[in-house]
Amino acid sequence: MNNLLVMPVLIPLCTAVLLMFLKEQVLVQRWISTLGGILNLVVSVILAARIHHEGIQTLHMGGWAPPYGIVFVGDMFAALLVLTASVVSLGILLYSFTSIGAEREKFYYYTFFHFLLVGVYGSFLTGDIFNLFVFFEVMLISSYALISLGGIRLQLRETSKYLLINIVSSTLFVAAVAYLYAAVGTLNMAHLSQRIHEAGQGGVLNVIAVLFLIVFALKAGLFLFFWLPGSYSAPPAAVRALFGALLTKVGLYAIIRTFTLIFAEDPDFTNGWIAWMAAATMILGSLGAVAYNDIPRILNYNVIVSVGFVAFGLSAGTPDALDGAVFYLLHDMLGKALMFILGGLMIAAAGTDRLEHMGGLIKRYPLLGWSFFALALALAGIPPFSGFPGKVLIIRGGLDAGMLTLSLIGLGSSLLVLYSLIKVFRLAFWGNMPDTEPPKVKLKSGTAVAAGLLVLVILMGLGAERVNTYVSQAGEVLGSPRLYIEAVLKE
Amino acid sequence: MEWMMAVAVGVLFTVGVYLILSKTLLRIVLGTSLLTHGVHLLLLTMAGLKKGAAPVLGGKADAYVDPLPQALILTSIVISFGVTAFFFVLAYRAYQAHGTDELDNVREEEQ
Repeated sequence: MNNLLVMPVLIPLCTAVLLMFLKEQVLVQRWISTLGGILNLVVSVILAARIHHEGIQTLHMGGWAPPYGIVFVGDMFAALLVLTASVVSLGILLYSFTSIGAEREKFYYYTFFHFLLVGVYGSFLTGDIFNLFVFFEVMLISSYALISLGGIRLQLRETSKYLLINIVSSTLFVAAVAYLYAAVGTLNMAHLSQRIHEAGQGGVLNVIAVLFLIVFALKAGLFLFFWLPGSYSAPPAAVRALFGALLTKVGLYAIIRTFTLIFAEDPDFTNGWIAWMAAATMILGSLGAVAYNDIPRILNYNVIVSVGFVAFGLSAGTPDALDGAVFYLLHDMLGKALMFILGGLMIAAAGTDRLEHMGGLIKRYPLLGWSFFALALALAGIPPFSGFPGKVLIIRGGLDAGMLTLSLIGLGSSLLVLYSLIKVFRLAFWGNMPDTEPPKVKLKSGTAVAAGLLVLVILMGLGAERVNTYVSQAGEVLGSPRLYIEAVLKE
Repeated sequence: MEWMMAVAVGVLFTVGVYLILSKTLLRIVLGTSLLTHGVHLLLLTMAGLKKGAAPVLGGKADAYVDPLPQALILTSIVISFGVTAFFFVLAYRAYQAHGTDELDNVREEEQ
């Protein structure tokens, strides 16, 4: 047995519970949160190293053997996502200290923050479909609290929408689980995969697969992203960073896991659906990114484009494309967190989020400006940065699978992403200072956090070969579900 | 027996969706709770409605009903209960802040 596997869930859970008792002591809350974050980072590094050397780790909760009990499964894919999520969340936590404000901090901000992490890590590590639903709900309920915390009118309105969409998609999730249980009679993911393999996928199982795709697409913002641009504009920048970096990625993780492990028997059918959804997501997302003139909307549409890109990698399904999807997903968590932090700093520096009222920021904040420039190159996939290897692998996989149109759409969306971010850079950092006196704000510590994340983005790009040894180990399991099933259902 | 439940679930879903598409926030909240009722009944039905004793071992019966979906429903009920409570309070706060619960007016007022 291997209790290390449950630690990424247990540590933020204990931290969150502890923080509930310290409502007024903001400073103590900050220290405990940081400590919890660092502890989690250490644990996830150890976990990734152990999986690298010893293969897939499993933990049978309460000693009940699967499929009867709940099992936690740590394969390389899950471990890498947990590791990246813990790095990103630590960065966002440090950024929250200076940006979130004492009002919110005193109303359990850090508690909700850590509960959200419980849901995220739990979703990555669980090996049971209904347990995945519960962890999704843990994550979503914390996100409802975080998106509405502060209670300004915009937040109240957007939370109502966000809440409604997620209640509907959670209801569909339960319905999908009900149909799946009726059809197959188990809830354990490995066991599900085995039974679907025995029964052969087709007819009713394909319908259930599409229902799951709709559910997770609603959560991830894959084609069904109509709720995302508005909802992600409402909360403060630190919360936006947390959502943009983690929430949609959990949906993507669920899509990848479901369609490489459980419904892997009829790839022509499921991948066809994912492919056109990915194409539509990339096209509509990049059009949205180009169309708008306020920073939050441009950044939100950039989140949508990358969701489409990872889904394209999944739909291609070749080993290269799967490796690329994993690599790009890791890069994207870092990149999107950095993007929202930089966006938040820019809004704070200029005192407005409209691009036409900005200008000349480069004179006052050169480090911020050049960081944003580097980020724009990284997200577009220019070679020295981390966006490049993932994109190359996905495009190569797509061409191998004969998906020429989708590969072209992918490349075109990269171009539009670059255009939208360079537009932000040009209008906000160059040009003349606006006539109105800009607000005096301290951005040193926020910029330091952003610079730290930027260094990681660069290191991930430069050390792509080293990262790839881990990524290909993750891609291997995604490519052959046998490995996963044997690790879980051995004995 | 199952087909009757299927019809009942279908009616609950229809009414729920209809209410969600309406214009006042309160009707939407009621719609979501009908939707969750429907999905819980669905979970119960899909596991099969065969005759058997309640899943308590003291009964010494020959056959029991499936205990797993009952546990799933119980979990899902509490979750949706919490979310609905949050939604109600949010609707109340939104009503206080906007002075209306007509969703059309909420958007117009912003522009």
